[in-house]
Amino acid sequence: MTASRPARHRLDQLGRGDTAVVTAVEATSGQDLIATRLEDLGFVPGEMLRVISRGPIGGDPIVVQVGFTRFALRRAEAARVYVVDAIAPEQP
Amino acid sequence: MSTLHVALVGNPNCGKTALFNRLTGSREKVANYAGVTVERKAGTLVTPGGKPVYLLDLPGAYSLASASPDEKITRDVCLGQVNGEKQPDLIVCVVDATNLRLHLRFALEVRELGRPMVVVLNMMDAAARRGIYIDREKLAKRLGVPVVETVAVSRDGIQPLLALLDDTCPLVHQGLPLSRAQMHADVTRMLNDAVDVPRRTAAIDDRIDGVVLHPLWGLVLLAATMFLMFQAVYAWATPFMDLIDAGVALVGDWLAASLPDGILRSLLIDGIVAGIGGVIIFLPQILILFLFILALEESGYLPRAAFLLDRFMAGAGLTGRSFIPLLSSFACAVPGIMATRSIQDPRERLATILVAPLMTCSARLPVYALLIAAFIPQREVAGLFNLQGLVLFALYFAAIVSAMGVAWFMSRFRGNAGEHALLLELPSYHLPDPRDVLIGLVERGGIFLRRVGTIIFPMTVILWFLASFPAAPADAVRPAIEYSYAGQLGNWLLPFFAPLGFTWQICIALVPGLAAREVFVGALATVYALGAVDDAAADQLTGLIAADWSLATALALLAWYVFAPQCISTIAVIRRETNSWKMTGVAVVYLTVLAWLAAFATYRVTLALSG
Repeated sequence: MTASRPARHRLDQLGRGDTAVVTAVEATSGQDLIATRLEDLGFVPGEMLRVISRGPIGGDPIVVQVGFTRFALRRAEAARVYVVDAIAPEQP
Repeated sequence: MSTLHVALVGNPNCGKTALFNRLTGSREKVANYAGVTVERKAGTLVTPGGKPVYLLDLPGAYSLASASPDEKITRDVCLGQVNGEKQPDLIVCVVDATNLRLHLRFALEVRELGRPMVVVLNMMDAAARRGIYIDREKLAKRLGVPVVETVAVSRDGIQPLLALLDDTCPLVHQGLPLSRAQMHADVTRMLNDAVDVPRRTAAIDDRIDGVVLHPLWGLVLLAATMFLMFQAVYAWATPFMDLIDAGVALVGDWLAASLPDGILRSLLIDGIVAGIGGVIIFLPQILILFLFILALEESGYLPRAAFLLDRFMAGAGLTGRSFIPLLSSFACAVPGIMATRSIQDPRERLATILVAPLMTCSARLPVYALLIAAFIPQREVAGLFNLQGLVLFALYFAAIVSAMGVAWFMSRFRGNAGEHALLLELPSYHLPDPRDVLIGLVERGGIFLRRVGTIIFPMTVILWFLASFPAAPADAVRPAIEYSYAGQLGNWLLPFFAPLGFTWQICIALVPGLAAREVFVGALATVYALGAVDDAAADQLTGLIAADWSLATALALLAWYVFAPQCISTIAVIRRETNSWKMTGVAVVYLTVLAWLAAFATYRVTLALSG
């Protein structure tokens, strides 16, 4: 990994207010319906997302804005989404 | 002119149901209890050009890959693969103009079905307020199907769609099939070409979510909302209930004055008027409860509540998603259980179905209201709360806690294979449209009144018969009802219920109460009206039971009603939704056992404390 490359995180590791760009959604098995559904909802490579809020207990679930829509995801679901830091965050 | 069959499809929260209401007016037909757009809903309309249209409102879907039963039905109807359902001549795909990235992708998926379709850009008013500009013609060209703009909440807002329905032959898109990745790329291109969005979300949504989704303030607000809802059910309904009460008494007096003494008079006054009147009186409370649930649902608040409560539900092996079916079950378990269709995980769905009957449905309200009015003094607590309201709150709370306990217990048995998905959309906030709330209220009020007419009315008459025949012998010394069939049945049930402190009158009323919980109140009125020595006191059921029962008996009966599976429609819907007699049996047995134990414990504890 070269130094100039932005750090790769999982969505569940982001904090409230963080902005990032989706790089991949990784299925946990061959027939991972949750991963498929995440893609349907707009979690596709290149999409910008932002963490709006985290739940009252243990920061779970996470409210994420992707496209024009907000979704509540459990940490385990969010952990399928890999992101890199957004260099120049868009306006919210 | 032949009828045009049209199906409305779209993502959840696209405003499809509001559009359906606007198009069909009140000429709609809900095949069953209307949950959250889960059931088959159809209506008719005539276009300005005189063309008759049959409109089908299909369940909301994010995808047609049929991950859930809802989405499978939507796809199968569109493809004409559902038995007894005519394939639609035209698919109207409704998209929220403020949420195009998500909704246009679904429109592309619908287009892949290769059926005649149009795309409706709904909520154009909200889009205009947010400064969203959409080049409709460019979008139509890109999509390859007609695009019209609508505002479902205004009468003029649907004219473009009506005009299009008058036009003949909408287009079928011609083109190569798209892969899933291509769909996303296509949507991005369309958004870049034809749409200008100054801001990704409404500024006001960000501000409201700052509070509503806040880890602390969000929970405080949720608790306050729930508490306000249950206090309102009591406080706001009182004047209306007094009015109905007076009306029923008036009818009873009029009948007593104008009919000769005899069987017919007894049937009308003691059976029908007393029985039905005792149930109708709770209509105001039921409507207020539904008013809150409908308004919260329409505003977009309910999914936020599900987000806040997800971790608590997770403790019980459920997700926040179960919150909506369970909350609906507070109104009635039947739509609640049907709303579980939106839960994709079969194990979570089963657990939700099994605990839904524990939620305090509106049919229990008449029983609670009667017992609370009779045994709990009307008093202010801490200068702010009504003691009766507090007891009602405690009953609701006990039901929730036990439901969580049961769900947790079940999750121990099914193991933790796999995980539950939450993946919940938090839609944009909307001011609830009074018209849509009203339509929902009329729908649900109608369901309640139909139950009064179809189940409660015959049960009341049957009970009157059981309580009136055979007549007491001429030299009888005890009240006549003790000689009747009902008295015999009550005595036969007594050994089972005596340890709970139940009297034989209660035992008699529990039998017709099996048909529907609220029948219990009507049945009790009938039993007491006929059993009482003084006929004039018959209407004063509250006073009668307050004098007749001990506090321990009343509290035990309340505890019984928190758990008892006393509703044939609920049992029937559990059977239908689980498709398993075994699971239905499990539900009935566990609820009855819990009810008995809870009533027994309540009775004994109250006796010990008050003795």
